[in-house]
Amino acid sequence: MSDPGQQLRLHDMPPGDAGQTAVLRGVALRKRYRSGSSTLEVLRGVDVEVAAGEFVAIIGQSGSGKTTLLHLLGLLDAPDGGEVYLAGTRIDALPSGKQDVVRNTQIGMVFQSYHLLPELDAVENVLAPLYVRYGLFEWLRRRGEARQEAVALLERFGLGHRLTHRPRQLSGGEMQRVAIARALIARPQLLLADEPTGNLDAASGAGILETLTELNRSDGLSIVMVTHDPAIAARAGRVIKLADGCVEESLTTSGRSAHASSDFHERPARAGG
Amino acid sequence: MYKLLLCWRYLRTRWIALASVVSVTLGVATMIVVNAVMAGFSHEMQSRIHGILSDIVFESHSLSGFQDPAWHMEEIRRAAGDDIAGMTPTVAVPAMLSFQVRGQWITRQVMFIGIDAATHAAVSDFGDFLQHPSNRQQLSFDLREGGYDTQVDAGGENGPLRPALENAGWPHRRDRVEQEKIWREQQARLGGPVRPLDQQVDAVLAATEDQTVPPPADAPDFGDDDDSVAAAGPIDPFKAARPDEGHTMDPSTEQFTGIVPGIGLASFRDRLGVDRFLMLPGDDVKVTFPTAGTPPKAVSNTFTVVDFYESKMSEYDSNFVFVPLEDLQRMRGMIEPETGIGSVNSIQIKLAEGADLDTVRDTLRKAFPPELYAVSTWRDKQGPLLSAVDMEMAVLNILLFLIVAVAGFGILAIFFMIVVEKTRDIGILKAIGAGSSGIAGIFLGYGLALGLVGGGVGMALGLAITWNINTIRQGVEWWTGQRVFDPSIYYFFNIPTIVDPFTISWIIAGAVGIAVGASVLPAFRAARLHPVEALRHE
Repeated sequence: MSDPGQQLRLHDMPPGDAGQTAVLRGVALRKRYRSGSSTLEVLRGVDVEVAAGEFVAIIGQSGSGKTTLLHLLGLLDAPDGGEVYLAGTRIDALPSGKQDVVRNTQIGMVFQSYHLLPELDAVENVLAPLYVRYGLFEWLRRRGEARQEAVALLERFGLGHRLTHRPRQLSGGEMQRVAIARALIARPQLLLADEPTGNLDAASGAGILETLTELNRSDGLSIVMVTHDPAIAARAGRVIKLADGCVEESLTTSGRSAHASSDFHERPARAGG
Repeated sequence: MYKLLLCWRYLRTRWIALASVVSVTLGVATMIVVNAVMAGFSHEMQSRIHGILSDIVFESHSLSGFQDPAWHMEEIRRAAGDDIAGMTPTVAVPAMLSFQVRGQWITRQVMFIGIDAATHAAVSDFGDFLQHPSNRQQLSFDLREGGYDTQVDAGGENGPLRPALENAGWPHRRDRVEQEKIWREQQARLGGPVRPLDQQVDAVLAATEDQTVPPPADAPDFGDDDDSVAAAGPIDPFKAARPDEGHTMDPSTEQFTGIVPGIGLASFRDRLGVDRFLMLPGDDVKVTFPTAGTPPKAVSNTFTVVDFYESKMSEYDSNFVFVPLEDLQRMRGMIEPETGIGSVNSIQIKLAEGADLDTVRDTLRKAFPPELYAVSTWRDKQGPLLSAVDMEMAVLNILLFLIVAVAGFGILAIFFMIVVEKTRDIGILKAIGAGSSGIAGIFLGYGLALGLVGGGVGMALGLAITWNINTIRQGVEWWTGQRVFDPSIYYFFNIPTIVDPFTISWIIAGAVGIAVGASVLPAFRAARLHPVEALRHE
């Protein structure tokens, strides 16, 4: 049971040395994987900074380490070197229980293959982070309010008619929208998206991108999105290009200038890093 | 919260896991039934043994016994005080019981027990085991006019009938004498050779001393169906010492000293569960037993069967023969001619309500020299049997529990499969902030839920079988045509069961413990999964 009293209040903590404007900051992040005797250096000192309300795309070839970087930023994996700051507080060195709380309350995550729980229906999937957060009695007290919120989110994403469907009864685009709603139910500061359109056809992918852009623009949500597709990356406000475990370049785009949809069917068959 | 939800959802959607719990269910049900039946048997046996034996037996090592039981009883009362509720002296000697069935002499080895009719029923349930209702009230060694129970006491239910006992008592005795008379007259009219049987019958009537009559090879059947004609000669070596010397006895109106043999000596139960009687109340039998003194001499005497003793413990029913204490003392020469004080070789003691068996036994052991007297409780007397039953129960429980443990390995294997299948879900849960302990909690909770379901269903099944075991037995007997529970072996007609809530809770706790224990390893593995690797799992 996750104890509400144990929740980490990031704003209560003394601010670190990082600037207050950066929601997320990765400093000199390193990661290597060992397989047998050979060691693969995936990240060799990557610095990333995401300002509040920014929409950042991380782009790179397969194996460039972009997904690994996202995992490090989302505390799904521990870096071999470097530091991760969330709103000025170092989070990668926290004990695992507190890292769980950060993941649960501060960071929303969206994955390429949706990763919904097959035993739960759409609303329950959206509520999953709250299930994790609250103990039984806390949940029973809050469930009406929480459920309303989940339904509101799903309706906002046009899934009002799919509330009690199980994931396998939904299309890919619908599943991804449920996943985004799940990422947002905890009202995080930050959304990490790993190839959110990777498994979708052009139209659905465009819809998802539209949703993300809209969230960024109207709700001021900070988004970090990993993609291998420059056309999709062009929708972001800033593009960080990774190559061979290092940041190759970071350039600011005009955001909505590019039209991504035309390039969707031309993407390589194997996606992800 | 999510742990409960997911446990519930997994329970509802993973039927394969429930399949693994079926073995837990069956194991639990079997254990409950076996324990209930074993406890029932054990209790039934103990209560029978206890009913036959008094609480404490105070006995002499010597067959000749000790003198003056009244003094001993006083001493016992002085030593044990208020713990004593009742006492009765007895004399028990090994003996041989001979009776005639269709002209053939049958001899059985028995324990010949002299009891005080007035007080013996007070120290044990002896009276309850007799076949005549009046004898159950107050034992009398006089032959009854009739009215013996013609139905086996089957614990409140309808036991098999014993039609042979309808005519038992004086009517049977008179019929027999009448038929012997007719037979003799026929033989005389036909002028055939006087058969050895007739000589015996004559011997009965004339009270001669012919002991060496060989049994007839083809004695005619003139008895009732199975009821034999036991025309025992009144061969009485102590006749000279008896007051009725020279008295010509009329067997149709007079009886010898009454005895009560165990029903197992007098009858056997055939395959259909019907008792076939070799002798009946009213028949005469001979008993050969040792006299007191050294070396013991074997003496024989003739007795009249007046009732049967049926404790339903075949060991006792086919071994015990009860006789009036005073008669046995006199026949064995145990009464001091001058003072008239008799000897006995044991005193049966009944304890007051709430008195501790072992304490009183130890007190008495201290009060009397152990070289002369043995003091033992009824449990001591049947120690090997009772501990064998306990041992049997313990071994059975261990074996059956191993079955449940085997089921635990089934759960372990299936849980590992489920963890592998759910790897991605575990990754998702970790990504949205579930802790390792929470993940482990899901699977432990799942194991607990399966254990509770398995144990609960097992308990329901076990209790249902236990409570209906006799209906089930009848059903199986009807279906197969075979006797499942043979009363000729067990001497009871229903399978006795005792449901002990304490035993059941232990069984359930054990089963749930095994289910949870089997889920620990998979739960630990699930908790240790790395979120990134788990998410990557296809």
